[in-house]
Amino acid sequence: MNPFAEYLIAALLLLGGAFSLIGALGLARLPDFFTRLHGPTKATTLGVGAIVVSSVLYFSSLGEGIGISEILITVFLFLTAPVSANMLAKAAMHIGVKTTDDTRGNPWEQ
Amino acid sequence: MLDRLGFPQPWLSALLFVTWQFLSEGVSGASIVMGLVLAMVIPQITHGFWPERPAFVKAWKMPAYLLIVLKDIVAASFSVARLILSPRPPRPVFVCYPLQLEHPLAISILASTISLTPGTVSADVSDDQTLLLIHALDAESDQEIIDAIHQRYEKRLMEMFQ
Amino acid sequence: MIITVALYVTIAMVTLAALLNVYRLIKGPDAPDRVLALDTLYINAIALIVLLGITLGTRMYLESALLIAVMGFVGTVAMAKYLKRGSVIE
Repeated sequence: MNPFAEYLIAALLLLGGAFSLIGALGLARLPDFFTRLHGPTKATTLGVGAIVVSSVLYFSSLGEGIGISEILITVFLFLTAPVSANMLAKAAMHIGVKTTDDTRGNPWEQ
Repeated sequence: MLDRLGFPQPWLSALLFVTWQFLSEGVSGASIVMGLVLAMVIPQITHGFWPERPAFVKAWKMPAYLLIVLKDIVAASFSVARLILSPRPPRPVFVCYPLQLEHPLAISILASTISLTPGTVSADVSDDQTLLLIHALDAESDQEIIDAIHQRYEKRLMEMFQ
Repeated sequence: MIITVALYVTIAMVTLAALLNVYRLIKGPDAPDRVLALDTLYINAIALIVLLGITLGTRMYLESALLIAVMGFVGTVAMAKYLKRGSVIE
């Protein structure tokens, strides 16, 4: 395998792992539900995206062609992440989840 | 013409057909027949959920828009990552965003874009579809967010849909 | 060689991420927090399956990753809807 491809794949893997970890850290340490919503829905999606891209590159550099399943997984995750985030935000507003004191503005009544 | 053949949503049917070819192991006679059946049946069953035809006027501008969104996702992910790792508490805010878009599909594309770009989540749309409730993770002021979204995304969507 | 090292480091990071999700899943405090933790957990599971596939040099597991993506999304939407309306199918 050519060395440039190796470094690229390794870098993408580490980037994906780092984003997954940071997203989970955000989930663990941000103060209220609405701020926690930001970590996973984005950082994690991008993290999985980077890992999946490195998988595509790895298998195609081995000469096994471009993987369709990987691309479908990425597209599906990017399409569904905003929908689930929106549904969860609505559910949280309905239940009346507490927000931190320094949040400006108010959630709407559901 | 296409309506009578059982394709009330030609674009949806085409998308379903192509996706099915991807999902099956290689294109074969069986996958083409099955793809056609799915492309016919699924739009018929879900007909009630598609009240009107999408009014895409300039669909060729979509790839450029998607590229901009992708670039923003990557760039903004880094800033959210930095915020999560820094000890400073975030400054969260709920913003009411006045929508200028009118088409329901355009509004849902804008809402999805806002949710995908890190730092902002679209939480709700008002019943008359004039206001969008956005939660931002870290912002100096409301106006800053409203201007950024309007300049980057809404203007481009308005060009596409009107 | 460098890929192997990167692979193990990444698996360690994603596993740690999954543990942090489990922490949030147990701690709560509200139901939406737990659903959000589950949502993140299945996305991390997809990442782990893809990484396992690279480690073993096979594409076979990608189908299951695709299934988890579909089922996880349906599950999250169903739970969010249950929290909002009190029933999944009306």
